[in-house]
Amino acid sequence: MSAMPDKGASVDAGCDEARTVLEARAVSKCYHLGEVEVHALRGVDLSICEGQMLSIMGPSGSGKSTLMHIIGLLDRPSNGSVVVEGEEVSRMAPNELAAVRNRRIGFVFQSFNLLSRTTALANVELPLVYAGVAGAERTRRAQEALERVGLADRIGHLPNQLSGGQQQRVAIARALVTDPSIVLADEPTGNLDSASGIEVMKILQELNEHGITVVIVTHDDEVARHSQRIVHIRDGRIVRDEAVAVRILAAERERPLVDEAEGVGL
Amino acid sequence: MNVLESFRIALRALGANKVRSALTMLGVIIGVAAVILLVAIGSGVQDEITGSIEGLGSNLMFVFAGNFEDGGGPGGGISIRRQFTLDDADLVQRRLDSRHIVVPIVQGPATLRVGNRTMRTTIAAGNEFSDTVFTADYAGGRGYRRSEVVAASRVVIIGSSVRDRLFPNQDPVGRTLTVSGQRFTVIGHVVAQGGSLTGDQDNQIYMPVTTAQRLLGTTDISSIVVKAETADEVDAVKRQVESIMRPAFGDEFTVFTQDQTLGLFQAILGTLTFMLAGIAGISLLVGGIGIMNIMLVSVSERTREIGIRKAVGARTYDIMSQFVIEAVSLSVVGGAIGIALGAAGAAILQQWVPTEVTVWAVGLAFTFSAAVGIFFGVYPAYKASRLDPIEALRYE
Repeated sequence: MSAMPDKGASVDAGCDEARTVLEARAVSKCYHLGEVEVHALRGVDLSICEGQMLSIMGPSGSGKSTLMHIIGLLDRPSNGSVVVEGEEVSRMAPNELAAVRNRRIGFVFQSFNLLSRTTALANVELPLVYAGVAGAERTRRAQEALERVGLADRIGHLPNQLSGGQQQRVAIARALVTDPSIVLADEPTGNLDSASGIEVMKILQELNEHGITVVIVTHDDEVARHSQRIVHIRDGRIVRDEAVAVRILAAERERPLVDEAEGVGL
Repeated sequence: MNVLESFRIALRALGANKVRSALTMLGVIIGVAAVILLVAIGSGVQDEITGSIEGLGSNLMFVFAGNFEDGGGPGGGISIRRQFTLDDADLVQRRLDSRHIVVPIVQGPATLRVGNRTMRTTIAAGNEFSDTVFTADYAGGRGYRRSEVVAASRVVIIGSSVRDRLFPNQDPVGRTLTVSGQRFTVIGHVVAQGGSLTGDQDNQIYMPVTTAQRLLGTTDISSIVVKAETADEVDAVKRQVESIMRPAFGDEFTVFTQDQTLGLFQAILGTLTFMLAGIAGISLLVGGIGIMNIMLVSVSERTREIGIRKAVGARTYDIMSQFVIEAVSLSVVGGAIGIALGAAGAAILQQWVPTEVTVWAVGLAFTFSAAVGIFFGVYPAYKASRLDPIEALRYE
């Protein structure tokens, strides 16, 4: 792995004819832990194009999660700005940020982050509740989202009645339900067994094929190679930005895994 | 997000923790029930006393020695320089129009004995008009006559409790009775008037005022009661009585009309009712603090949930209203249960104490419990709504 930024590849030369969905400009983040200043990000520039499937990859402590939180508008940069669909958002008030997150960004977390004691359907409805969608319309859209992730028959189940893979698919349905511009997935397979992990990656790839921009944050090279582009981050800086030459397609790995039982783990 | 949605979310959260919700509500339930019950007792007693005073007739007035105008009511630290005597009562009767009735009153303690049965009681003595003025109904026998008042005869009329105690299952009329060592003849007995709170009249004995003075060894009288012929004349008669008494007593006497007496009792009992409500209100306050405590626990316990909600687009207002509605629901449902329990308790207590569940007490308790919910719910809700989404999501 080269320590030199591998710039100039086609992936970073703007978004061709495609639109830029999300852009980080000179983003830095600095935490104060008592007397110590921790620089989690040191000036990151990143453009994410519409319809792209992108992985942000780096070891733990590299700042990849911080970057995801900032481009997901869950956290604010210390310096620099975040632009979502041409709109500068990093100086917005908390309630405005909440509205942007609600309409334009869907989150998938490593630990699923579903509301316990709440059915799959109600969990998926949650963003619509805050979007002001009510009644039959809300239920219909939530059901559709669950169908897209193959859980049409599990809508009344509580999270603890679902397997890890199923829970993560509910979380993906929740991320989709508001038709966001971008889905951010933070180690989406981190808490899953291989088979479930492949299934989740398959769904994310399917979504991407249908035009949804997907950003995956991972430390795992295999997971990262499911996307079209990998941004390597280390010590708060982007060190390499590469196009994936041979993309792994989860749909093709599913069957061999079933056949070989102890197939190549993800 | 609309309010209905907030309600659904809040109620679902409360339903998820049924035991905790119930225990939290218990504080409010007890507080509200206590307010309702104690105010019901206060109001009931007030009504009973008002009723019994009004029952005497609104055209009565009471003349007491001593100046009560400057501070205090009857029994309130007044120094009395000179007591009334029978002559003063006679003077009032002579000067007033004879349509109005004047009764001198003597009250004092006595010990009764029949055979080996004894009991302590109170003498209430007047003249031959006593029974008309105080509207007594005889269960048997008669009232004392003018001749018996003049002669200071040893005749006595007994209340129903005295009869039951000293002459159980017997007709007391014509029997003899020892009052503080003197032998008396029972000439009548009065029907039971029930557990009145103005003093147990059933436990009294009645005799001519002259007889009572001799028995108690005094020439004083306790008070003079004047009954105007009609209620409209009360104020005029009061002024006449004052002008009759003033040459001899100056300002050292006071005429209380029924209206004044009523006003005085109502003021005292009203204060008492408020005091009871205040004491009960403290328990409501404690209940409210219980709600705040639970809401704070709930907020820190559900930090992650708050983070999830914020991540998917909940605004500050959404989180705030969710928690405020939870707190208010707890206190309002608790309040409603408390009102039901308080009203039921009041109905049960009715057997021993007069109670009355008033609309204002219910309204006050309900409003107060809702206010407790809002007041003690806002701080935890504010705390929840201000959580940083990323901090909340990281919270374990």
